[in-house]
Amino acid sequence: MTATAMSARPDLTELGRSETALRGFLHGLPGVDQVGAEQRAAQLGTRSIKATAKAWAIDLAIRMVDLTTLEGADTPGKVRALAAKALRPDPADPSCPHVGAVCVYPSMVPYVAEVLRGPAGGAGSAGAEAAPAGAGVVHLASVATAFPAGQAPLEVKLADTRAAVAAGADEIDMVINRSAFLTGRYQEVYDEVVAIREACGPAHLKVILETGELSTYDNVRRASWLAMLAGADFIKTSTGKVPAAATPPVTLVMLEAVRDFRAATGRQVGVKPAGGIKTTKDAIKYLVLVNETVGADWLDPDWFRFGASSLLNDLLMQRTKLTTGDYAGPDYFTRD
Amino acid sequence: MSERVAVRKTYKLYIGGKFPRSESGRSYLVQSGENSTANVALASRKDARDAVVAARAAGSGWAGATAYNRGQILYRVAEMLEGRREQFVALGIPGDEVDAATDRWVWYAGWSDKLPQVRGGVNPVAGPYLNLSTPEPTGVVAAVAPAAPALLGLVSVIAPAIVSGNTVVVAASPTDPLAAVTLAEVLATSDLPAGVVNILTGRIEETVPSLAGHRDVNALDLTGVADAELATSLEVRAAENLKRVLRPVPPHHDWYADPGLARMTALLETKTVWHPKGG
Repeated sequence: MTATAMSARPDLTELGRSETALRGFLHGLPGVDQVGAEQRAAQLGTRSIKATAKAWAIDLAIRMVDLTTLEGADTPGKVRALAAKALRPDPADPSCPHVGAVCVYPSMVPYVAEVLRGPAGGAGSAGAEAAPAGAGVVHLASVATAFPAGQAPLEVKLADTRAAVAAGADEIDMVINRSAFLTGRYQEVYDEVVAIREACGPAHLKVILETGELSTYDNVRRASWLAMLAGADFIKTSTGKVPAAATPPVTLVMLEAVRDFRAATGRQVGVKPAGGIKTTKDAIKYLVLVNETVGADWLDPDWFRFGASSLLNDLLMQRTKLTTGDYAGPDYFTRD
Repeated sequence: MSERVAVRKTYKLYIGGKFPRSESGRSYLVQSGENSTANVALASRKDARDAVVAARAAGSGWAGATAYNRGQILYRVAEMLEGRREQFVALGIPGDEVDAATDRWVWYAGWSDKLPQVRGGVNPVAGPYLNLSTPEPTGVVAAVAPAAPALLGLVSVIAPAIVSGNTVVVAASPTDPLAAVTLAEVLATSDLPAGVVNILTGRIEETVPSLAGHRDVNALDLTGVADAELATSLEVRAAENLKRVLRPVPPHHDWYADPGLARMTALLETKTVWHPKGG
C-alpha cells in the first residue's frame, strides 16, 4: 500500500501561512508508485458484481450521479428537462431513486432551482401537483471560477462564485489555478481556494484538480492535499473539458489522499471522479475502488459522486434489465 | 524438410466486424467434413447483447449509405463467396448450394435500388400536395437461420434484411455452424461495414429469447425455429415492444425456389411525406 507516512507531521493548520512550509509539506509527501497504483486499480476493476449486489450498486450509483450539462448550447428548457429527470430518472418506475445533484453553469442555476425547489418564494410548486419526490434533496451544483480554464482574475472568480450561490446553488465546483500549481506557486493556489471557500458561504465546495493537466500522480496527490488543507469539502478529478478525464488510478490516488487526510485531521472529504464514466460497468468498478480503498464510510452520495451525463441512462437501462429481465433500449429513456 | 505442423482452426463468433470468442469462454464440438471435428464458440446471452450493441451502432451508417452503394457491397459479397467456393465444399456444403447462395447475393444486390421504386412512389391525393411514400429499414433485426441448408438458408435470411439498410444479429444453424463462420470470413472481407451482420453460433434457446425480449431490437425473424412452442413464446416476448415478426417456415420449404419479395418487405417501414405543390 502507498499510505502516506504520518510521523513527524507539522501542525496542518499552520501550513497555509507560509509558502515554504506548504512546499516543504507537499514535496515531503511520499511519491506515488505509478505501476503499483495502475495495477491495483486494474485488479480491483476485475471484480464481478452480480444479482442483488449489482442491483444495490446500481441504485447507489444513481444516487451518486451529478447529472451534468456544461455546454455553450444549454438553454433554460434543456436544463429544466434535466432537473426534472434528476428528480425522477425513470418515470416508469417510482422505486427508482433520484440522482445526487444537477450540475450546470451559473447562468442556468435559477432555472434548475425552479424545478428542484419549486417557483421562487416558497417550497412546493404552485400547480396542482405536490412537490416532486426528492425536492430539496437533489442538490444544485454550479461550476464557477471561470470554469473550465480558471484563467481569470481572482475578483472575477469570487464574483462568479457569489453569483452562483446567490442564484441558489448549494454546491460549487471550482477549478484550481493549474498555471500557478504547475509553476510551484502553491501559496497562490491555496489562498485562492481559501478565498472561494469563504465566498461559498454555506454552499459545499468541490475543488476540481483537472488531473489530466497535472501530468503525474505525485502532482495529483499534492493537489489533493493542497485542496483539502485549504478547506475543500470534495475533491474532483476533472472538468470533462480536456481529453484525459477521470481514470481509476487517479481516483485511487485521490481516495488514498482523503483517507490519509481524515486519519491526520479527523475531517472527511468527498471524492468526485468526472468525465469519461459512461457505463454501469465503469461505475461499479469505481464503487469497488471506493470500498476497497477508503471503506464503506465513503459509499454514500454525501461522500462520493460521479460527474456524468450519459452514465445515468446506462444505469437506468441496466436497472430495467434487472427488474424486467429484458435488455432495455436507449429509445425508452430521454436523451438529455 | 520436416513435416508441417497442422494449422488448427477455432471457429469464433462474428460481432461488430471482429471474431471474438464467446464471452462465456464456452465452445462445443461439431462434425467438420468427413472424419474430423471442430470447436465452435457457444454464444451466451451477453454475446447476443453485445451483438445488438454492434448492430445498433452500425445502423445509421448502413441505412444512410446510398442504395447503389449497398448493392455494390452485396455484389462484392457474391464475388468473395465465389472465390471461396472450394472452402465451403470442403466443409461438406454441396457445390450446388454454394452456387445458389452466390446467386442469391447477386439477386438481392440487384434489388437494393429497385425496392424503393416497387414499394414506394407518388400517391394520388385530393389536394394541392405531392405525396410520396418511401420504404425505410426497420432497424436491428434478430434472425434465426434454418438448420438446413446451412449456407443457402443463412444467406436467404441475411441478404433480404440488410439490402434495405437493416442490420442483423443472426443465430446460425446450431448443428452446422461452420458454414456460418466461414461466411462471416467472406463478409469481413467484402467491404461490408463492421456490425451490419453479426453471427452467433450455439443454442437457439439460449440466445434468441433474450433477443426476442430486447427493447433495442426492432424485428424478429423466426425462420429457423423448428419448435412450435418456442416460436410462440418468442413471439409473445417480441410483442412486448411491438417488434415485427416473421414466423417460422414449414420444415420442407424449398430454399432453391425464387424467394420473392416477402422477406425484404416484411422488414421495412413506410415513410410518407406531404409536400405542398404551390402554383
